[in-house]
Amino acid sequence: MTTPTLSELNIGATLPAVLLAVGTIFLLMVDIFLPKERRHLTAWLALAGVGISFVLTLANFKNQSYALADMFVADPFSSFMNMIVLISTALTVLLGIDYMRRTGIARGEFWSLLLLSTSGVMFMASANDLIVVFIALELLSIPLYVMAAFRSNNAKSEEAGMKYFILGAFSSAFFVYGAALIYGATGTTNLPEIFTAVAGITSTGGASLAYLLVGAGLIIVALGFKVAVVPFHMWTPDVYEGAPTPVTAFMSVGAKIGGFAALLRVLVTALPALAAGQSPDPVWQNTVMIIAALTMIVGNFVAVSQSNLKRMLAYSSIAHAGYILMAVAAAGNPLQSDAAAKAALVYLLSYAFTNIGAFAVVLAIEKNDGSGIELSNLIGLARSKPILAAMMAVFMLSLTGIPLTAGFTGKWFIFQSAISANLFPLAIIGVLTSVVSAFYYMRVVVNMYLTDGAGDPAEGATPYVNWAVYASFAGVVVLGLFPILAVNLTDAVTLVALNVR
Amino acid sequence: MEMSGLSLLTVTLFLPMVGLTILMFLNEEKQRNAIRWTTLGFSIATFLMTLVLWSLHDPANPGLQFVQRNDWLPTFGVSYYVGMDGLSLILLLLTTFIMILAVLSSFTSHIFEERGREKLYYMFMLLLEWAMMGVFVAQDLVIFYIFWEVTLVPMYFLVGIWGGDNRVYAAVKFFLYTMAGSILMLLAVLYVGGNAQTFAVPEIVAQIQSGALVLPFDGLFSTQSFLFLGFLIAFAIKVPIFPFHSWLPDAHVQAPTAGSVILAGVLLKMGTYGIIRFCLPMFPEASVAWAPFVGTLGVIGIIYGAWVSYAQKDIKKLVAYSSVSHMGFVVIGIFSLNAAGMQGAVLQMVNHGISTGGLFLLVGMLYERRHTKDINAYGGIWKALPFFGALSLIITLSSMGLPGLNGFVGEFTILLGTFGSQTLGFTFALFSTLGVILAAIYMLYMFQKVFLGELDKEENKHLHPMAWSEITVLVTVVVLIFWIGVQPSMWFHMVDASTKSIIDGVAHFAPQITAMLK
Repeated sequence: MTTPTLSELNIGATLPAVLLAVGTIFLLMVDIFLPKERRHLTAWLALAGVGISFVLTLANFKNQSYALADMFVADPFSSFMNMIVLISTALTVLLGIDYMRRTGIARGEFWSLLLLSTSGVMFMASANDLIVVFIALELLSIPLYVMAAFRSNNAKSEEAGMKYFILGAFSSAFFVYGAALIYGATGTTNLPEIFTAVAGITSTGGASLAYLLVGAGLIIVALGFKVAVVPFHMWTPDVYEGAPTPVTAFMSVGAKIGGFAALLRVLVTALPALAAGQSPDPVWQNTVMIIAALTMIVGNFVAVSQSNLKRMLAYSSIAHAGYILMAVAAAGNPLQSDAAAKAALVYLLSYAFTNIGAFAVVLAIEKNDGSGIELSNLIGLARSKPILAAMMAVFMLSLTGIPLTAGFTGKWFIFQSAISANLFPLAIIGVLTSVVSAFYYMRVVVNMYLTDGAGDPAEGATPYVNWAVYASFAGVVVLGLFPILAVNLTDAVTLVALNVR
Repeated sequence: MEMSGLSLLTVTLFLPMVGLTILMFLNEEKQRNAIRWTTLGFSIATFLMTLVLWSLHDPANPGLQFVQRNDWLPTFGVSYYVGMDGLSLILLLLTTFIMILAVLSSFTSHIFEERGREKLYYMFMLLLEWAMMGVFVAQDLVIFYIFWEVTLVPMYFLVGIWGGDNRVYAAVKFFLYTMAGSILMLLAVLYVGGNAQTFAVPEIVAQIQSGALVLPFDGLFSTQSFLFLGFLIAFAIKVPIFPFHSWLPDAHVQAPTAGSVILAGVLLKMGTYGIIRFCLPMFPEASVAWAPFVGTLGVIGIIYGAWVSYAQKDIKKLVAYSSVSHMGFVVIGIFSLNAAGMQGAVLQMVNHGISTGGLFLLVGMLYERRHTKDINAYGGIWKALPFFGALSLIITLSSMGLPGLNGFVGEFTILLGTFGSQTLGFTFALFSTLGVILAAIYMLYMFQKVFLGELDKEENKHLHPMAWSEITVLVTVVVLIFWIGVQPSMWFHMVDASTKSIIDGVAHFAPQITAMLK
């Protein structure tokens, strides 16, 4: 094996993700030398890093190139995913600055961990090889375990970190075993090469096919843990509740972006032809459909009985993973795979704005000891904080999927892709569970507007938090009014392995 | 795709939104009057603009007029596409007219003393007006769906914030019930639009008429029927058609007066309008096949609504159930699938908006004075407020369908249409006529209990005299009742061409369906 030259490595294409990872190390060093009273500068440096990476992503948005010996691909799909996660990270920084200080857990390492996790998501979106998927998965997860336990003197936070770590370790093991089986069947870990090999294996059948099927199943399980779909969702409410709120906000979006990016890449780029028997559709489609249906049903129904806002949003995020999974199932139809991937991308973007906005409002009313985030704490918020309440109401309408908000745009595209792929039962389950979700989202609005009370002073609504809320709100409204802006960015997205070289 | 300049219709449609934007910048405490008059001013301006549209409208042309179309999401074939024909026009006139009544009736309301937030209230009113008008002029399925769903939000808040004691329950029930229906419609919308490669209704209808788009139909349970039902259930909940009516009494009873007036006056019509505009032209075969079933539900609604109405002790509930009965007439008129039935149905939509809107205004005025809706708390009100009593009598009689007033014309034409219908026929007409008799019973019962008899209750003797805004509102309603009653041909003429073209579209498919089902 020859050593590749620098130009063959094509480092330029990897810059947005690599730069962020390198910046993390820089940030760690800077933080040591900063005097204690100026430690908040670390957060701003992190934000600057995110900004640079964002600009680099936009500059190369529609490029399509391979790097690092074909293990890394930079294409519109990864650019779009990068864009979402970078926006989420930036909003998380705004949420975190004051929050970490007022709850007494401000540490410079936090920002390094956040950036490290972000770069993990970005590597995951660009992974063109099962090994890179695995490394990115760890890069994304390990900082999150630490961040979840960041409120170190709090039992719930420690429980969150521990639980997340143990289950995360399990899911990593599942992934490795799945990847090993696929390697055993195809002799490669490169996704396009797996695609080429699968066609031959499915026609001959035999032991290799069995390895492939089990391998694909294990990978779905592993990534299912990351994106929190039923039945791999048990950790979610506890971890979301225990983790510091900015971490929860980031986790609910960032981890899902990474998980779905890898899921779409592996299933659509590498395994679209994994068919068994007479049916031309890939076998994983049925599995994904069943998981999606279960996720939407369980997530939405259990959310109804939650009284803690963070737990409610945890179950709601499970339900939303189900909707995105519907698009993954639709991507199993070869004619719809690109349209479905685009729908998933737009949905993730809408979901990122809406969910981070909602968590920002929760964070604003949260007390320093982490209490005060029950549903009843929202009573009268429309009187004490009319703007914050109005925006929370819009976030809730968006999560429900009411038109003129981002949530509608996302749901519309998802349902369109499901219907085009003839997944009618799944689409019907999707719309009916949306009605269930309206019940618990509307309860938030009921408490803020229809119930009389003194209203929370929302002391956590510092200027930075407000900026984050306004930015999320702007995102929700713009995506609701002009979906074309997001659609144009997804124009060139293609996942199908036409690019097999 | 063609792009077109700003149409007068768009200007009219967005006037309430301009008003809403201005309201945002007014101060709740210091500029109370400015808030009220801005809202009234913009609702009157919108009404005047629809009058202008009316004067420029060519009733002989069955097609869309004042069309504006701009790309919104060309990748999916979605465009901002608005236009109006006679059917849209008559409902626009109704919407903007009812809106003025609703705003005026809020001026004398006491709800703000208790609940405050007057600015938010008027903002929701204008938002609601915009969305309702949008429903009646949207010619693109997605745009229509957007307007349709958006009407939910302001109505939810109007009931939930300024409603009666049980307002939260009523508001949530209204929201969930309506959303459950309309979200199934979304799936049908996406299926039709996805197959037609466009969401523009006139283009979809043209494809269906020419056979370019085939939505397979081979019986009561086939693709086209499911799509038809997807739309119909959303509309049936809104109308409401029995047995989807259970949200209506709750919402009506709990809503503030203006909310009830808009609900009865306009929101319910969105359902029947939707059936005429979307179900019949897009799913002609399924419409013919399902007509007897929907017609049966309509007749059950007529009789059931009247029956339950008679049993009510709460005046507002009585009027609410009478809506179920009256809208049943509209439903059988539509599913008569002939010109007379359809025209009667459209006119009856307007009549019901005016008469029932008027009845809710009356109930609201009584409630402002006595703070009760119990029918037994009243009696002899005619003696206390004779002018009020006289106006009330006319509105009640109009709701009953007395010849010479508007209600009669609508119901008579519908019964005529039902009688001669291929799909419904004699039995349907017979049972519906029963509804007319029942209406006379419960309406007169209400009028007698409230207005006639001895003025024997002390509280009823010193009622507040009528305010100028109340007189204006009721007199306008009464004038319209007479106007439509004695000169119906003018209104029929307005919708003549557009309803005929819809009927012709269905009739094109009707014979083979009738043959097939036999």
